[in-house]
Formats: sequence, C-alpha cells, structure tokens
Amino acid sequence: MHKILFQILRTGIKTEPPPLANLDYRTPDAQQLHEKILECLGRALVIRHVDAGSCNGCELEIHALNTPQYNIEGMGIKFAASPRHADMLLVTGPVSRHMEEALKRTYDAMPEPKLVVAVGDCGCNGGIFGESYATCGRVANIIPVDIVVPGCPPTPVQLLQGIVTAVTKT
Amino acid sequence: MNLKNFPVKLAAINGAMPVWHGTVTAQNLHSVCARIKEDGGHLVALWGTDERQNKGGFALYLALANHQGLICLTLPITESAPEYPAPEYPTIDDLFPVATRMQRALYDLLGIRAQGSSDQRPWLRHDAWPDNLFPLRKDVDAKASYPAGRDNYPFVQVTGNGVHEIAVGPVHAGIIEPGHFRFSVVGERVLRLEERLGYTHKGIEKLAESMSITEAAKLAGRVSGDSTVAYAWAYAMAVEGIAGSAPPSRALWLRALLLERERIANHLGDLGYLGNDVALAFGFSQFWSLKEEWLRTQQRLFGHRYLMDCIMPGGVRGDIDAAGIASLLEEADALEQQVRKLQDIYHEHAGMQDRFLTTGRVTPALAAQLGLTGLAGRASAQARDLRTQHPTAPYNQLEVRMVTQRNGDVAARVAVRFDEIYESLRLIRLILARLPEGETLQELPPLPDNGFGIGWVEGWRGEVLIALHVGTRGTIHRLHPHDPSWQNWPLLEHAIIGNIVPDFPLINKSFNLSYSGQDL
Repeated sequence: MHKILFQILRTGIKTEPPPLANLDYRTPDAQQLHEKILECLGRALVIRHVDAGSCNGCELEIHALNTPQYNIEGMGIKFAASPRHADMLLVTGPVSRHMEEALKRTYDAMPEPKLVVAVGDCGCNGGIFGESYATCGRVANIIPVDIVVPGCPPTPVQLLQGIVTAVTKT
Repeated sequence: MNLKNFPVKLAAINGAMPVWHGTVTAQNLHSVCARIKEDGGHLVALWGTDERQNKGGFALYLALANHQGLICLTLPITESAPEYPAPEYPTIDDLFPVATRMQRALYDLLGIRAQGSSDQRPWLRHDAWPDNLFPLRKDVDAKASYPAGRDNYPFVQVTGNGVHEIAVGPVHAGIIEPGHFRFSVVGERVLRLEERLGYTHKGIEKLAESMSITEAAKLAGRVSGDSTVAYAWAYAMAVEGIAGSAPPSRALWLRALLLERERIANHLGDLGYLGNDVALAFGFSQFWSLKEEWLRTQQRLFGHRYLMDCIMPGGVRGDIDAAGIASLLEEADALEQQVRKLQDIYHEHAGMQDRFLTTGRVTPALAAQLGLTGLAGRASAQARDLRTQHPTAPYNQLEVRMVTQRNGDVAARVAVRFDEIYESLRLIRLILARLPEGETLQELPPLPDNGFGIGWVEGWRGEVLIALHVGTRGTIHRLHPHDPSWQNWPLLEHAIIGNIVPDFPLINKSFNLSYSGQDL
C-alpha cells in the first residue's frame, strides 16, 4: 500500500486547464438548451458513447479523456453505461448498416433533451468510408446531430471542446 | 519441410518476407493443407477473388505459415452449374478450426461455399443486403443500398435445469466497439459464450477496389485504428514487393521504431485498463498518464498521435533529427523506470493477483489445437513471433527476444505485456543508436499488371497480413486485410468457460481483440 501512496505523491496533479468551447463545431440544427438547465446543472453532463462502425481510432481518444491530464470527471462530466441515464450521445464512425438500428434505438432510449455529438471525420461526413452497401455515412444521416468534431481521430482537446460547446450558452 | 518435395510446385513471391505461391486442385487442397499442418504449420488467412472477367470463375486463396515462411495456395473454382446454388470448395476447418468463420465470411461476401463445413450460418452479413447478393463480386455496385431484411441469427441454445441466457450488445456498457455476446449461464458460472460480430462491417475490401494504390494506403491504416502502423507497414510491404523495389534502409529502421512505439502505446493502455477492471483505478490513472505522454511525443516528432499515415509505400513520411533521437532515448529510460515501479505494485497487490491468476485460462494444448496467435498465443506457450521467426530488416539485425508464458491466464497475458514493453524499449534504443543515414522515402516504379504481393507484420496484437492483387494500370483488383483477431476471438469463447460472468470484462480486456479489424 505504501508504494501506491508514494507513487501517487510523486506523480502529483497532472490535470491541465480545460479548453474553451469552439462554436465552429455547432451544426445549424444544434439545440439551444434552456438557460434554466444550464444555470442549474452547469457543465454537469452524462454521456453515452456509441461506436456505430468506427475503426476504433476515435475510441482511443475518448478513453484518453479519462486520463489525469484531461480529467473529464473533474469537470462534472461522466460516461454512463445506459442511454437512459444520458444527456448526450457521443457517436463515432460512419454508421454501418449493421449498427443503424442499434444507434436509432439507443437514441430513442435517451430522455429529452438529448444532445448528439458526431465524432471524427467519419461521424461528420462519412470520412474515408463514405456511403456504400455497408455504410450509411455520416451520423446526421440517421439521427439529428448538434455538434460535429472533425479529425482522424480528433484529439482529446478537440473532443472536450465539442462536448463543452454543446452545453455553452448562445 | 523440404520445399522441393512439396506436393505442389511452389514459386517464390517477390517481397520482404519469405512467401511462396502454388496452385492446388479441389482434389489435393485438403492433403496439401494436412501436410503443412503435420509440419507444425497454421492457417493465417483465407480469402477469395472474382475472376469471371479474367481467367473465369472464382479463386480461393489460403495463406499458411510454417517455420520457413508463408505458403499461399490458390484453388481455381469454376462457376457452378445452374442446378447448384453456389460455387464450392472443400472445407479445411476440420484441419484448422479457425477457418470456419473465415469461410462463412467468404460466402457472405463472395458467394463461394465451403463444402462439408458443419457451420454455414452467415457471419459478416446481418440484414443489410439480401442473402443472394455477394458484395465482393465484380458485377455488384458498391454504392447500391438495399432495404434491411429480417435479422434472425440462430444462436446455439443451451438447455437444462437453471440455464438462462444473458444477451449483451451490440452497444456495450463501456467505451468499446460493438459486438454481441450471448452467455448461457447457471447462476454466475458461464457454461457457454457465443460471439456474434460483423456490426462494424464497412465494406473495406469492396471500397479498396475503387481506390488508387496511394489512397488504399490510407484505408489500410484504418482497418483497425489501434494497429495503424502494423497495417500500413504490411500494405507498403505488399506494394513494394509487387513493384520489386525495397524502401530506403533508413525508412525500414524508422518503421520498426514506429511499430515498437505502437506496441508500447497499446500495452500501456491495456495494463491500465486491466488495473481498472479489477477496481484498481490507480493503475488506470498511472498507465494512461504514461500513455498520454507517449502519444504527445508521437504528435510532436511524427505529426500524429497514433502515427496514422506515417508509413506509405516507398518509405516513411518525415524523419527525425539528432535532438529528436536524444529526446526519444531519454523518454525510453524514463518510461522503463516508471513501468518497473508499477509492475512491482501490480505484482504485490494481492487483490489484483487473486483476480488475474487462473482466470480466463487457455491451456497451451487448446491454444495449439485452435490456433491462438500473437500476444495471447505467446501467453499460452505458442512461441511464434514474426520478428524472431522470419526477421526482415531491421529485425534481422536486432535479435528480438520473444516473450512467452505458459499459464495462459489473465496473469500470463499481463506478464507478456510487461516483458514486451521492456523488449520494445530495448529495441527502440538499438534502433535509435544504429539508425542508418539517407533518404526516408523514394518513388516506386509503376506496378506490373496483375501483380500479387503479401505484407506480413507482427503487430502488437499478432500477425497482420495484407494480400494485394493489382489489376491493370495500377488499379486494385482485390485487397484482403487480415487481423489476428480472427484467430483469437473463437478462443475467447473457450477462455470464459467455467469462469463467472463478472470476470468476462477482465478476460475480454486481457485479449483486447479488434472488432473493426475482423468485421472489415
């Protein structure tokens, strides 16, 4: 046990200041959350992630949000196991035809108001995979999208910006 | 094995790895495969091509490895007579059980059937396209979209007193890729697990056929994002083999540097999650903090956190200078020190060891029988690593020390990861010390028509294979990427038997297989 404590002490606090919102990530369809909601909850947010067909590159960066450096839980934001507990859906990948139904059902299971962030070039515009017999392309082709975070994959800072943008006023 | 006495005539294929090619018939396919198996060989990959516009019919391709290298076999298949539903070839899954899912996938995509296989259920096709349409056939339009059918997959049902099913996925509780797991349990104990994959099928192979050689390099690097270096190298190796042009020596050494860095990045991430999955959040924070610093170095020196698109046919994009080399050496020393400290903590943590030891065990005998490969294979005494068995430059000058364990449990897979980090750090130091001078990228000559090339690379998860058939004027006739997850997913079904349901996430993470890489 003492070794764990020493290691924690030696490591110190690695957390960096969070980035600001990036309004360029807003889609024209982005919902504006009621001011009351933002006043009461601030940035407190529960996210459900769905991989709708990604190459798993975006997942690596979403995992990185939980590192001490980005410390997303320190901002009051956490990932949930069930869409019924989630305010936000974080969707990666071009939506494969085989995930189309599962993505729709996950979206339907969320309580209103539901925010959707499409992650990565594939989620934003289909990326290198585009549309084919096997893929539906961008996430917005299947469910309404509020925020798009491009990149292959987007960095954790860009992901945080996208998430924060969804819960920023104006 | 003496290749001169081999039952079919073999010709060497140009490229960095020892690869031979031969043609078999439906009559001798099975005996040739049996011969390779007797000799200690294993099946690496199985794919097919549509040749109706060229030589006629279809062709089945097998890639089998033994201690001398890789043997590629082609079986020409004529189009079936109207009274038969599909062209057929004799199954080889009685020799290599791992072939079953590959054969099922091949039927889904190309419509050629393995005659005699007991499992003919669809594998990669769910309900997105009709069962009489085969996307990889040349007369099927890649862009066409079909109405969804009814998806009713016949899972194997376990019956008996107190048996019930737990259905998990495709959307899982954590941040992971989609797949479906069907557990049959009594109480907490798992009697049987059946996997169903294919959810992230993106039509990668069909898409490649509409791409140029350069565009497909980018695609190959996105078959499985966590193995982008291994895939990009394998793809480049296949193209360079067809072109008959080796990349500059410095480029090969830099590729090995990137491949070892990718191995370390993934092992750090897995060791963190394995801590997390036994409720030691400290392990996650520590290892992922180290991984994050490692990724930032990659962004700074190579321009991408995961090294995507750094390797391309002809060499490597970018280079490092003396200051970069110095910082990488310093980083390697610092990382080793930290990882050794953390290994000490993991090792002494009784609760953690209690969860790791004997959990999710794959015995060496079962691993050999079913063809477990790569990192998980080495944890079950399958002493195979392309970097030591068939070392290509620069590995032929580095004397890679293969890491193996015998227990085949979660603890063994953890131990292999720790030791592979130290070995990769040793290799990185050697590479940086001996990095040859010169160019890192050279233009390739035009590819000869109808060329065939193989890329075969030991990625962090196991052996990644790229088979590339070019058409005329530098077009892609067929690209088949093969992920080692094909081999290891079926073993996960065995590893969980008799364990309790709450140990599944831990066992699954200890394998950490790719969904995207096998769903294609």
